[in-house]
Amino acid sequence: MSISKLNKFLCYLVLILLSILCLISFYLLIINSTRAHSEIQKGFSFNFGDFFDANLKNVLDNDQLPVLKGIRNSLFVSIGTAILATYFSVLTAFSIHTYDFKFKRLAFTFIMMIMMVPPQVSALGFIRWMGELDLMDSLIPLFLPSIASPIVFYFMLAYMQSNLPKATIEAARMDGSSEFRTFNLIVLPIMKPAIAVQAIFTFVSAWNNYFIPSLIIRSAEKKTLPILIAQLRSADYLKFDMGQVYMLIFLAIIPIIVVYIILSKYIVRGVAVGSVKE
Amino acid sequence: MKKFKKIIALTLVLIMSLSLVACGNDTNEVATPPDGSSDTSTDPTPDTIAEEGKVLNIWGWNDEFKGLYERYFEGAGKLPDGIEVKFTIVPNDDNAYQNALDEALLNQKSASDDEKIDLFLVEADYALKYVDSDYTLDIINDVGLTEEDISGQYKYTQEIVTDSKGAIKGTSWQATPGLFAYRRSIAKDVLGTDDPVEVQEALSTWDKFYDVAGNAHGKGYKMLSGYDDSYRTFSNNTSSPWIDNDGSIIIDNNIINWIEQTKEFTDKGYNNKSSLWDDQWAADQGSEGKVFGFFYSTWGINFTLLGNAVDTPLPDGVTATGDPEAFEAATTGNGVFGEYGVVEGPQNYYWGGSWLCAATESDNLDLVQEIMRTMTCDADTLTTITKDTQDFTNNIDAMEALSKDDNFASAFLGGQNHISLFAESAKGIDMSNISPYDQGLNEDMQTSFRDYFNGTVDYDTALDNFYRAAIEKYPDLKRPK
Amino acid sequence: MKTSKKSKSISYAKWGYIFLIPFFTIYIIFSLIPLVSTFYNSFFENYMSGLKQIGPNFVGLENYKTILFDTELPKYAYNTLLIWILGFIPQIIVSMVLALWFTSVRLKLKFTGFFKTVIYMPNLIMAAAFSMLFWTLFSDIGPVNNLLVAMGYEPISFFQNINATRGLVGLMNFLMWFGNTTILLMAGVMGIDSSILEAAQIDGASSWKTFWNVTIPSIKPILVYVFLTSLIGGVQMFDVPQILTNGSGGPDRTSMTMIMYLNKHLFSKNYGLAGALSVILFLITAIISFIIYKNLTEKGPKEKIDSNKKISVKGGGK
Repeated sequence: MSISKLNKFLCYLVLILLSILCLISFYLLIINSTRAHSEIQKGFSFNFGDFFDANLKNVLDNDQLPVLKGIRNSLFVSIGTAILATYFSVLTAFSIHTYDFKFKRLAFTFIMMIMMVPPQVSALGFIRWMGELDLMDSLIPLFLPSIASPIVFYFMLAYMQSNLPKATIEAARMDGSSEFRTFNLIVLPIMKPAIAVQAIFTFVSAWNNYFIPSLIIRSAEKKTLPILIAQLRSADYLKFDMGQVYMLIFLAIIPIIVVYIILSKYIVRGVAVGSVKE
Repeated sequence: MKKFKKIIALTLVLIMSLSLVACGNDTNEVATPPDGSSDTSTDPTPDTIAEEGKVLNIWGWNDEFKGLYERYFEGAGKLPDGIEVKFTIVPNDDNAYQNALDEALLNQKSASDDEKIDLFLVEADYALKYVDSDYTLDIINDVGLTEEDISGQYKYTQEIVTDSKGAIKGTSWQATPGLFAYRRSIAKDVLGTDDPVEVQEALSTWDKFYDVAGNAHGKGYKMLSGYDDSYRTFSNNTSSPWIDNDGSIIIDNNIINWIEQTKEFTDKGYNNKSSLWDDQWAADQGSEGKVFGFFYSTWGINFTLLGNAVDTPLPDGVTATGDPEAFEAATTGNGVFGEYGVVEGPQNYYWGGSWLCAATESDNLDLVQEIMRTMTCDADTLTTITKDTQDFTNNIDAMEALSKDDNFASAFLGGQNHISLFAESAKGIDMSNISPYDQGLNEDMQTSFRDYFNGTVDYDTALDNFYRAAIEKYPDLKRPK
Repeated sequence: MKTSKKSKSISYAKWGYIFLIPFFTIYIIFSLIPLVSTFYNSFFENYMSGLKQIGPNFVGLENYKTILFDTELPKYAYNTLLIWILGFIPQIIVSMVLALWFTSVRLKLKFTGFFKTVIYMPNLIMAAAFSMLFWTLFSDIGPVNNLLVAMGYEPISFFQNINATRGLVGLMNFLMWFGNTTILLMAGVMGIDSSILEAAQIDGASSWKTFWNVTIPSIKPILVYVFLTSLIGGVQMFDVPQILTNGSGGPDRTSMTMIMYLNKHLFSKNYGLAGALSVILFLITAIISFIIYKNLTEKGPKEKIDSNKKISVKGGGK
């Protein structure tokens, strides 16, 4: 009994230490968003500053910095990415999982091979090509490409292989359901936990993506949050204010935490559904 | 049916790849003109009518100029009716500003009139990249400013934007001469005086500077904070540009001097091993700091140095140029406020500044000319800017006048009039050895040799790393034989 | 029955193609075309000198020769691999342990909801912001050094020290991703049919043996996924070391990753060299993906589906 108590104690100790490690950057972030630029510049302190209101006001009042539009754009792009990436990855995985066709192996091998290709590799060609498609300064190239997300596809396929028996599909066919209908009404619900997991992953990565938007977006009304943060960071000496930078990072993180907390319930529930049998 | 689909899919891929190869071939050609957003209500045939465009496009990496423009040009009622001024701001991070600007300039010919860039901002370190190209206009012969308009500007601000044929292709509202800001208490302790004239005398050459550093060290102080504190004073005073005629990198003797001095300072403990802008550097300027002085520039005094010097940050909105009573209340007895003095130091140099360039193909040249004249040549406007912001502006007569104005004594500098010091040193700056590669090469030099100073690598490795980094950035450069 | 099934599967095959159309269309438009143009450019001398375009001049394999023999690419590949391993090993161990703790019936830990939420949170911060914060923590006069001094040690210049810089990048990667991995592994562990575990326990297998012989094989697909995605993240590692070292990959370029190096060529719009480097990176990554996939799954997708059927029939239905 005492040994198991000791064990438990150790578990909690490790968990608390890890939690501190995880939360410390949030703590730093909040502290820094309450401090003046000159305080931040001179190094970190564990005490809160008096500049929360001033920083917030400066960020929101800065008419060069359309924060609310930025949040809206980021939300649009991230939600679009999450929906497209998950829906079409399930669809693609469904194709590979369910059907037998001649080029299945080839298609599968191809997706596996392109999975690792870093986006930077084709960046130069990408900008030129988007220019020719007249898609510069447009939000479309920020979310539409996520229809082809090899990593999400791979996750969906793995999940499908252990959770979607072919018999289920056969049964739907017997009932006269069309393939597309089967996919939407039977396959998608089964995939819900996997979709929730990947929706978070893709949402977060789209929300925080700076690289592609920095190549594409020019006009103020289309900027996403990471671009606005970068813009603050390259402010001139007269205006350079790390207090504002941290404040904007702080503001940028709130919506994502909300989304995370909403979706994380789904994950826990989804995972629980899988283990109901015990 | 199945085969048919297969064939379609394959041909699709093939066609796309081929069209791509085709695109690859004519990379010099410009893209098809995007005209989606052009306003249908505006004049559709601008080719025949030499009329001013309706939209003036200004590009920059931050909103500094936008603020000045709105206050001193638009705010002064100088913007003609019916013209819209559109600012495009692309941040500097990851070189994004220059990438975007380059892309836009290369497509300038085919862009619709309302999208053509008219004015754009550049920094000194890469100004020549644009100035020495066909994408910028001569401000005299093309834009229409007169020699007289720009005669009041500091010479070096013109040298930075003079192309290889001698044409001036940019203009600035600022001059940003550098200086050396010292802690009065430490100067008294080390030199026995904090009088600017005597301190300048003690620091007027690098040899004297070195001696003072030794004395300061003996009394427990550091002469400088970091490795690259003094870099610009050396790099601005080289005897040749960074590259020779066939593209080989030349490391000037003055750069070698910087390396040797900094290595010696580091090994002897004369500096605090920090880097510009890092927290150690900033903290060294505060009340806990034990550093003799800092190389600074016009803009740095009232913003950066002042902010670092006080213990309690000034309340939001309180500045040296704002409400004097609030400023006094917030600064009295705060940290080392009033504890700094400024002198020219061993060599003249400049640090910072932004220039305005007019873009080729601009369809608003008259307005561009007017903005340039008001914002960068007009003595009254520039005097007002200096009075409002304490920023040092690019007009010799105006600055000389202010330097005699006792109202410009800076409380932060213990009553010194820094404008008069700047006005003196700005005239001595010689930037004729600037090259289009300065930004990258200066950066790489500082970064690569940091490892040498702190002992991570030897001299040859640091030099090798410098050449590597330099040629990655500028593939047309070569190592010297 | 058998014959009819065959004819059916032929008529259904077209749906396999139809459902692949969106993926491949989008991939071709947004990724393949830029990629092919990148490949094409790798055979040319083609870069920007200021605003002047140099080239394109056909140079054959010259760019590849430069990248392979004149640069320190092996060093950057080694940096990337090392930093990735520094983050991945603690990541997989800690995540595995946490996943077992969280799912353990015997331990019955409380507040797991809280812990599960918290350990994922570092992943929500932008990598760039996370790096900025870490930089302030470990700077020369940051809290960590203050602590060291208070305990009587010499302060450490973390970012002028090769091991410390690499270690910090590894630590940050670990912190950013271990929560993510824990969630995935938990899902895997909870999906294991409890009767198999019970059977093993009845047979008298030790908990270590059960873990090694039952748990690990059962969650293999998830492990493969975690390994693969982490490796991808490793190969693509950029933001964290870029911001932490201010783009220099210092000290002495020992934390320069392959993508940071590629980024250097993007700066100069060096289509030629960046293209050649991209092709090399593409080949490396494609080969790695393929080998891992082949080795770790043993079977192709077709067979796997069949073998999984056995397991999933039991617990799959609602």
